Amino acid sequence: MSHVIEISNLNKTYDNDFKALKDINLSIKSGEIFALLGPNGAGKTTLISTVCGIVNPSSGTIRVNGHNVISDFRKAREIIGLVPQELTTDAFETVWNTVSFSRSLFGKPKNPKYIEEVLKNLSLWDKKDNKLMTLSGGMKRRVMIAKALSHEPMVLFLDEPTAGVDVELRKSMWEMVHKLRESGVTIILTTHYIEEAEEMSDRVGVITNGEIILTEETSTLMKKLGKKELKIDLRSTLEKIPEELLKYNLSLTNENQSLIYFYDTQEENNGVADLINDLNSSGLKCRDLNTRQSSLEEIFVELVNQ
Amino acid sequence: MINFRAILAIYNFEMARTFRTLGQSIASPVISTALYFVVFGSAIGSRIEDIDGISYGSFIVPGLIMLTVLTQSISNASFGIYFPRFTGTIYEILSAPISFVEILLGYVGAASTKALMVGIIILITSALFVDIQILHPFWMILFLFLTSFTFSLFGFIIGIWADGFEKLQLIPLLIVTPLAFLGGSFYSIKMLPPLWQKISFFNPVVYLISGFRWSFYGKADINVGISLMAISLILFLCITAVAVIFKTGYKLKA
Ligand SMILES: Nc1ncnc2c1ncn2[C@@H]1O[C@H](COP(=O)(O)OP(=O)(O)OP(=O)(O)O)[C@@H](O)[C@H]1O
Ligand SMILES: [Mg+2]
Repeated sequence: MSHVIEISNLNKTYDNDFKALKDINLSIKSGEIFALLGPNGAGKTTLISTVCGIVNPSSGTIRVNGHNVISDFRKAREIIGLVPQELTTDAFETVWNTVSFSRSLFGKPKNPKYIEEVLKNLSLWDKKDNKLMTLSGGMKRRVMIAKALSHEPMVLFLDEPTAGVDVELRKSMWEMVHKLRESGVTIILTTHYIEEAEEMSDRVGVITNGEIILTEETSTLMKKLGKKELKIDLRSTLEKIPEELLKYNLSLTNENQSLIYFYDTQEENNGVADLINDLNSSGLKCRDLNTRQSSLEEIFVELVNQ
Repeated sequence: MINFRAILAIYNFEMARTFRTLGQSIASPVISTALYFVVFGSAIGSRIEDIDGISYGSFIVPGLIMLTVLTQSISNASFGIYFPRFTGTIYEILSAPISFVEILLGYVGAASTKALMVGIIILITSALFVDIQILHPFWMILFLFLTSFTFSLFGFIIGIWADGFEKLQLIPLLIVTPLAFLGGSFYSIKMLPPLWQKISFFNPVVYLISGFRWSFYGKADINVGISLMAISLILFLCITAVAVIFKTGYKLKA
C-alpha cells in the first residue's frame, strides 16, 4: 500500500512560544482508517490543521498524495475534506447552499446529483432547504460532514466526529466511516476514547504533549491495552503476601488491607478464577471485589514509561 | 491556474448576504441621503448662496455619494472577512485550494460592488431632490470604481487586523469618519481660512471629493490630475499592505 500522507520532522511552535508539535513523523496508508488518540491538548487538532493548511508548520514537510502542502497547496488541498472539531456554520444559509458553496470553493463544477446523494446518505435530504440555525447540533455536524464530502475528497479528516453525538448517530457515523472507506477514501479521525478507536480504525496513533509516542495496528494495541485491575479488599490486614499466592504477582495496597491483581481481558486463561480459589484455600477472607479498566491516562503513562 | 469558481463562490456568498439584508443595505443609505437633503438641501441650503455657481443642494451631491461609498466600502469589506474569522467558518476558506489573492478578490470584489450599488442609489435619490449634471461621466465612473476598490481593500486589511468588534469600528470611527466629514462634502475648501486650507491638503478625502465633484460640475478645489494621483497613491499603499500581510500570513493563520 502506498502512503497518501507523509509527515516528516514536523514541528509547530505557536506565537506564544508554545510547542504544540514536536518532531512528528507519520505516514498514513492509502485507504486505511487511522485514529489519532490523545488527551485534551495533545496536539491532535494542531496536527490536522497543519496538514489542511489552517495552521502554518514551523518546520518539517507534509506531503499529500506526493504534493507538498505549502509549495503545491492547490493539488494537496484539492483531495482533502475536513470536518473540524468545532461546530461552525453560517446560521442564515440553507443546507443545500452551504454544501454547494463548499464544492465551489474547491473549484469543482456544479453537480446537484452528487450533492443530493451526499445529503441522502447523511439523512439530511428533507432538511435541504432549512436554514442551518434551525437544525439540531447533531444535524449541524452532519452538515459539516456533507460540506467536507461535497468535493469528493480522497482523504477525509474527522476531528472528534462523535463529540456531542447521541448513541444512535454515533453508530451511524461509524457505519458511514466504514462505507466511505469501502469507496476508497482514506480517513483520519481523532478521539479521546479507546473504544471508539477500536471500533472505527485499522491503525491507531497515540499522541500526547505534541509527540506521537506510538503507532500500532488497532488489534495489536487492543491486546496491549486490554488490561484490567482486580482489587480485593480483605477483612484483615496482611503482613505480607502468602507463599502460595506469590505466583500471581499481586501487590498490597490500602494499608495492607487490599490486594491488586492485573490481568489481561483478552487472554483465554487470565487467572482470575484460579486466584479466587487459591485465596479461599489460603484462608484469606475478602470483604469486596472490584474490577476496573485502566484509564486512558494510565495507559498513556504506561506507554510513555515503556 | 486560478480558482475562478472559488472567487465567484465567495463573491456570490457575500452578495447573497447583502440581498438577504436588503432593507439594511439599501434603505439606510437612501433614508440618510434623503435626510441630508431635507436638512442641508432645503432647510439650510436655501439660505446658503451658490458655490462656484452651483446651488448648495446640487453642490453636496458628489460629496455625499463619496462619503457613503467610502464608509460602505470599508465596513462591507472589513465585516465580510472579519465575520468568518469570528464565527470560525474561515476554516473552510483556509483549507480550500484558494490563494490569498483569490480570497481577497472575492471579498473585496463583493464589498466594492455593494458600495457602488449604494452610490448609484444615492445618485438616483438625489436626482429626485435637486438638479444634477454629469459633465464627465467616464471620470465619474473611474473615480467611483477606484474609491470603492481602494477603500474595500483598506477595509479588508482592517478586517484581518482586528481581533474584536471594537477594533473593527475603531479606525472607521476615529479616522475615516472625521476625515470624510472634513473632506469638503458640505463646503468648498476655498471657504476655509488659509491655515485650515493648508491642513486640509493632508486629508486624502479632500482629493477624492474634489475630483469627483469636478466630474459632475467641472469645478474643483484641486486639479483633477492631482486628485487622481492621490487616490492612486492610497491604492498603492493598500496593495503594499496587503502584500505584507500575504507574505506573513498575518492573523489569518496561526
Ligand atoms: N492558536 C494557538 N495559539 C497558541 N496555542 C495554541 C493555539 N492552538 C492550540 N494551542 C495549544 O496547543 C496545544 C494543542 O492543542 P490542540 O487543539 O491541537 O489539542 P487537541 O489534541 O486537539 O485537544 P482536544 O482533544 O482538546 O481537542 C494546546 O496546549 C493548546 O492550548
Ligand atoms: Mg482538538
